Amino acid sequence: MKPPPFEYHAPRSLGEALDALAGAGEHGKVLAGGQSLIPLLNMRLAAPAHLVDINRLAELAAVDVEPGGVRVGALARHAQVERSEEVAAAQPLLRQALRLVAHPVIRNRGTVVGSLAHADPAAELPAVLTLLRGSVRLARPGAVRDVAAEDFFTGPLESAMEAGELAVSAFFPAPPPRSGTAFREVARRHGDYALAGIAALVALDDDLRITSATVACVSLGPVPVLVDVTDAVGHRPPDSADWASAARAVADRIEPEADIHATVAYRRHLAGVLTEQALRDAAREAVDA
Amino acid sequence: MHEITLTVNGVVRQAAVPARRLLSDCLRHDLGLTGTHVGCEHGVCGCCTVLLDGEPVRSCLTFAVTVDGRDITTVEGLAGQDGTLSPVQRAFAECHGLQCGFCTPGFLCTVTALLRDNPAPSDEEVLEGISGNLCRCTGYQNIVKSVHRAAEIMAEES
Ligand SMILES: Cc1cc2nc3c(=O)[nH]c(=O)nc-3n(C[C@H](O)[C@H](O)[C@H](O)COP(=O)(O)OP(=O)(O)OC[C@H]3O[C@@H](n4cnc5c(N)ncnc54)[C@H](O)[C@@H]3O)c2cc1C
Ligand code: FES
Ligand code: FES
Repeated sequence: MKPPPFEYHAPRSLGEALDALAGAGEHGKVLAGGQSLIPLLNMRLAAPAHLVDINRLAELAAVDVEPGGVRVGALARHAQVERSEEVAAAQPLLRQALRLVAHPVIRNRGTVVGSLAHADPAAELPAVLTLLRGSVRLARPGAVRDVAAEDFFTGPLESAMEAGELAVSAFFPAPPPRSGTAFREVARRHGDYALAGIAALVALDDDLRITSATVACVSLGPVPVLVDVTDAVGHRPPDSADWASAARAVADRIEPEADIHATVAYRRHLAGVLTEQALRDAAREAVDA
Repeated sequence: MHEITLTVNGVVRQAAVPARRLLSDCLRHDLGLTGTHVGCEHGVCGCCTVLLDGEPVRSCLTFAVTVDGRDITTVEGLAGQDGTLSPVQRAFAECHGLQCGFCTPGFLCTVTALLRDNPAPSDEEVLEGISGNLCRCTGYQNIVKSVHRAAEIMAEES
């Protein structure tokens, strides 16, 4: 099918974009990479009266590696962030996750911030932002606010973003010293949305004993669920950590739903297996760090 | 209606389109270039893939107005001026990389960019590179073979 008609806005500056969005209010939508929005329009599942196209705002394409982490502008494409060696050095989880987002051709167009704004619980990047305790910067004319990941994702395809707000950037904090990250998922075909996925972060002390282990879950609840499994694995070296108990803790915590691809029991099973794998991978990376 | 200018296969083209015109429809209906195929309009099948400033993108998930002023290459633009098929096109013909040809324009555009960025891809890199393109009749074996053969032809001719 074809998209329904809409009023098109092509702002040339951030100020113009914010004014256009404020003017459109609840009838307006931002068009970033279009890789989630245009399918919805083509299927007539969305019919916004106004589209504010931010593709001409080169100022929003910046990806800045700062001492504390990586700030990704609203027009930075998945592929741009994935390919950046600087980003991979500052926060390896971004590349680990982006390789699992759709296909390379989709990643040429889709944006990291658009993926967060879309707030799909089956998407990888919301889990990454949640695990790293990052934030999204939202702007409207004359006002800017930062919203922490834990407050940003409020439900399936729902976020704390209000009508008329533009997400201008997202901040992914750098990992703590002596830590490692990993992303594991199961999808029916490579590039599909995951049936279940786990992002993991493990940090060690100077004696290489685990000081913190956390995971964030994909496709296992209405929002990316963050689970702290530090107590379950124990304050021990990774070799003797109780990964199985961490896997059980995650499987007990989540509330997955069934669909035509997977039952609740199967998703719970995957959550446990993936948790153990991702934690082991992350711990290995931490030991080598 | 919006007046837009696109450079398509090296030729400057103008069109008056509604904002909701997909790039795929603009190319096919407004500009008469029907080589770009449309299968799903969900971004899933890949047969509408064209090169936008050299990078492969889904033309069914792009509005024509968004890319006003930009450079587009479609399957019609892959052969030389005199009609000589490009190495990728020759390899697909040689290795039986197509049957009905519906998916072929998307594969050709995707693979052209893939080999430009990575002239000697491994099997795994080829599979990752074409993972977003579906073919329902040829089977992927010969398509993968075609990609490797195209890399060979390009190396021989460079
Ligand atoms: C075939 C296919 C497979 C895919 N597979 C995956 C996958 O496995 N994992 C995955 O995570 N994603 C997947 N995607 C989605 C893809 O990653 C999208 O690029 C991403 O979800 C949205 O980014 P976008 O820039 O394209 O946003 P758009 O489609 O432009 O926008 C999406 C939504 O976010 C809003 N929005 C976007 N940017 C902003 C902003 N700056 N401020 C406020 N609101 C904004 C829009 O209004 C819209 O509601 C897939 C897409 C396709 C077509
Ligand atoms: S028609 Fe564009 S991906 Fe199928
Ligand atoms: S050749 Fe027929 S779909 Fe690929």
